[in-house]
Amino acid sequence: MGILEVNNLTKKFGGLTAVSDVSISIDEGSISAIIGPNGAGKTTLFNLLTGIYKPDTGTIKFDNRSLVGLRPDQVNAAGMSRTFQSIRLFPGMTVFENVMVGMHSRLNVSLLQTLTRLGGFNAQEKHVREKAVELLKFVGLGDKGDEVSRNLPYGDQRRVEIARALASDPKLILLDEPTAGMNPNESVEAMTLFRRVRDERGVTVVLIEHDMRVVMGISERISVLDYGQKIAEGTPAEIRANPRVVEAYLGRRATADMDKVHGEAQS
Amino acid sequence: MMTTTTVEQPVGFIRRALSNRWIALAFLALYIVIVYAALFGLERASPIFPILSTLAFAPFALTPFVTMALSIDWRFKGLAILLLLFVLMPILGMKDTSFLELAIQICIFAGLALGLNIVVGFAGLLDLGYIAFFAVGAYLWAMFTSPVETYIKVSNALVPASSFYLFMFIGVIIAAIGGILLGLPVLRLRGDYLAIVTLGFGEMIRILAQNSDTVGNPPINFTNGSQGLDGVARPPIPQFLRDLVPTVENALKLDINNAQTVTQQLLFYFIAILVIVIIILVARRLENSPIGRAWTAIREDEVAAIAMGVPLVRMKLLAFAMGASFAGAIGVLYASKQTFVSPESFSLSQSISILAMVIVGGIGSIQGVLLGACVVTLLNLLVLKNLSTQISNWRNIDAIVPHWLIIIVAVIIGLFLLWQAWKLVRSYVNSTRFQTSGIANIIGAVVLAMIAIAAIVFAFTSGEFHIRDWPTQLEPARYERLVFGILLIIMMIFRPAGLLPEGRRRLELQAAKTEQKIEGEV
Repeated sequence: MGILEVNNLTKKFGGLTAVSDVSISIDEGSISAIIGPNGAGKTTLFNLLTGIYKPDTGTIKFDNRSLVGLRPDQVNAAGMSRTFQSIRLFPGMTVFENVMVGMHSRLNVSLLQTLTRLGGFNAQEKHVREKAVELLKFVGLGDKGDEVSRNLPYGDQRRVEIARALASDPKLILLDEPTAGMNPNESVEAMTLFRRVRDERGVTVVLIEHDMRVVMGISERISVLDYGQKIAEGTPAEIRANPRVVEAYLGRRATADMDKVHGEAQS
Repeated sequence: MMTTTTVEQPVGFIRRALSNRWIALAFLALYIVIVYAALFGLERASPIFPILSTLAFAPFALTPFVTMALSIDWRFKGLAILLLLFVLMPILGMKDTSFLELAIQICIFAGLALGLNIVVGFAGLLDLGYIAFFAVGAYLWAMFTSPVETYIKVSNALVPASSFYLFMFIGVIIAAIGGILLGLPVLRLRGDYLAIVTLGFGEMIRILAQNSDTVGNPPINFTNGSQGLDGVARPPIPQFLRDLVPTVENALKLDINNAQTVTQQLLFYFIAILVIVIIILVARRLENSPIGRAWTAIREDEVAAIAMGVPLVRMKLLAFAMGASFAGAIGVLYASKQTFVSPESFSLSQSISILAMVIVGGIGSIQGVLLGACVVTLLNLLVLKNLSTQISNWRNIDAIVPHWLIIIVAVIIGLFLLWQAWKLVRSYVNSTRFQTSGIANIIGAVVLAMIAIAAIVFAFTSGEFHIRDWPTQLEPARYERLVFGILLIIMMIFRPAGLLPEGRRRLELQAAKTEQKIEGEV
């Protein structure tokens, strides 16, 4: 029994079936990847998991609790946090404030306490600040707290997003193409960070990724989506050897050509 | 380059001098003494009283902002502001209640602007019907105390004037509920769509007030329709204030001939100050809290905010409710002060005025919004009105603008325009890069030069000018909205983030400017 159990999940947009009968199981403390060609339904799957879309059919069990029907903020409170494919920081807020917002679901937000500053309000604010500092140090941005997040370089913005997602102390973090647009050096650094998220903070990591070096280098299990369906699942080695995956990525013609090449080489 | 350095130097010198805390303190003391002495020395009988009172009261009303801008110890700042609010202003008000009236109006609009700032500035929800909540508060108190034969009067549900403070509190709650009721249907709307729906809501409340004199058959009157409710109750004056006025009068040898009005206005002034202080405190605490951060997050990116655990519905409704609650309390105060409430006071243009205060001051910034409310209210109720009064004064005494004055002014303006034209030409000649705007530069320079020459020629050929010849259609008070529009355009060009922008926006703007600079250099 994994921490996240997705069973027979389906989502249709009009006539298009974006996610079709997908079942995935994620083990607690693992690093898993979901891959697939563009338009395979990976981001839709994330949006279904985090409550941004409602599934048509299927169940999502997280930490022995059904997530279907919960709002995104309730999913966040349940312990599943995420980052976005196109960075969605709060661009005008400082890096520090971004991370503090990420803690919202863990805070006691009462109007009365806010106005009177009683009932542990100040202690809570102190804790929030300390934790934001600690998280920024964790992602390597300890000195950038006061910068407006829009002004940070791209790679740093990705780090802030991860810090913000970790601020709610999630059990599981969904990273949507976290190394998109990074150069190979930055990708390697990012991989180290993802591992540290799991090893040092005990957070289960699920990532969508196109960069195969990252996928193969970091993930323990890989699920492959194509046209909304799960076509394969296994360890990196298994996925690499799976003909259906190669077909999905390169197209049927290409695989047929490859077979021909192989055949000719053998004969 | 040369010109900029010569202009910068004196400014830089003054700035450096004021960064010394003792010089700043001396400056503040001198400022207050001069402005206050000027105000106190005003004679109502003087033919140029309107213009003098404008010149003296506007800087006086802005003293708190001058104080806050100076780099002096916060204790001195607090002391100066307390002195202003609780000693200088009341004494001035005893001498001339029109200034007290202005101060109360500033407080009322400042409160409204701070409330709208919660909705528009903090949470980024553009609300064009904000005045409706003000109307709710005002009608609440008016309906329950006006002696007009309405349903509430007939059913003997009138309340005593002493329940004023209780009703301010009830106004807060009723307006907050109104805010939630408005918020519920518009939760999914943003930007333009939200603006248009809230605009409709504001108009609905106004029209409801206008038409609630004929409900059912036989007609039951609630609001007395467009005739409005008069004789609205005023809170009873506490004894200490009754005693205070004659004491101060005797001590300072003031000559108060309308003690009753003065005392009444003083009471409203103190209530207004108290309400504003509470509102500022509440707004400040909301801003620096998880709630304030959640609002900013919603303003910046709704999807990201909800994915990070911010409950969108609750936070938006809270913003609407908090913003509205301020307006509710202020509405009760307003109805009581005016003793008359009618639908006209709650028109769309009022909503827009308040929005303008928020924008002029600096959206999202508490100090900025206060300054915006102050500046816009002074502009509407003091500057433009007094200019009109001044012109009619001059008209009555048949004042003449001498020929030499017209020539001097025209020459100064003409030389300034020629200088600008010369700058345009020079920037065209000096620029080494290819410039598409070169033609525009030359055309601009020619137009400026022509205007300058025309002005100077006109000034020399014309004679003296009788102010009574000034067309009544051109009275400044008639051009309130035009002046407003021009002001806004100038603001958006020179200070796009408002007079006192929110700290965060200031950071953004600085970053954008350095980027531009770097791009320009590359």
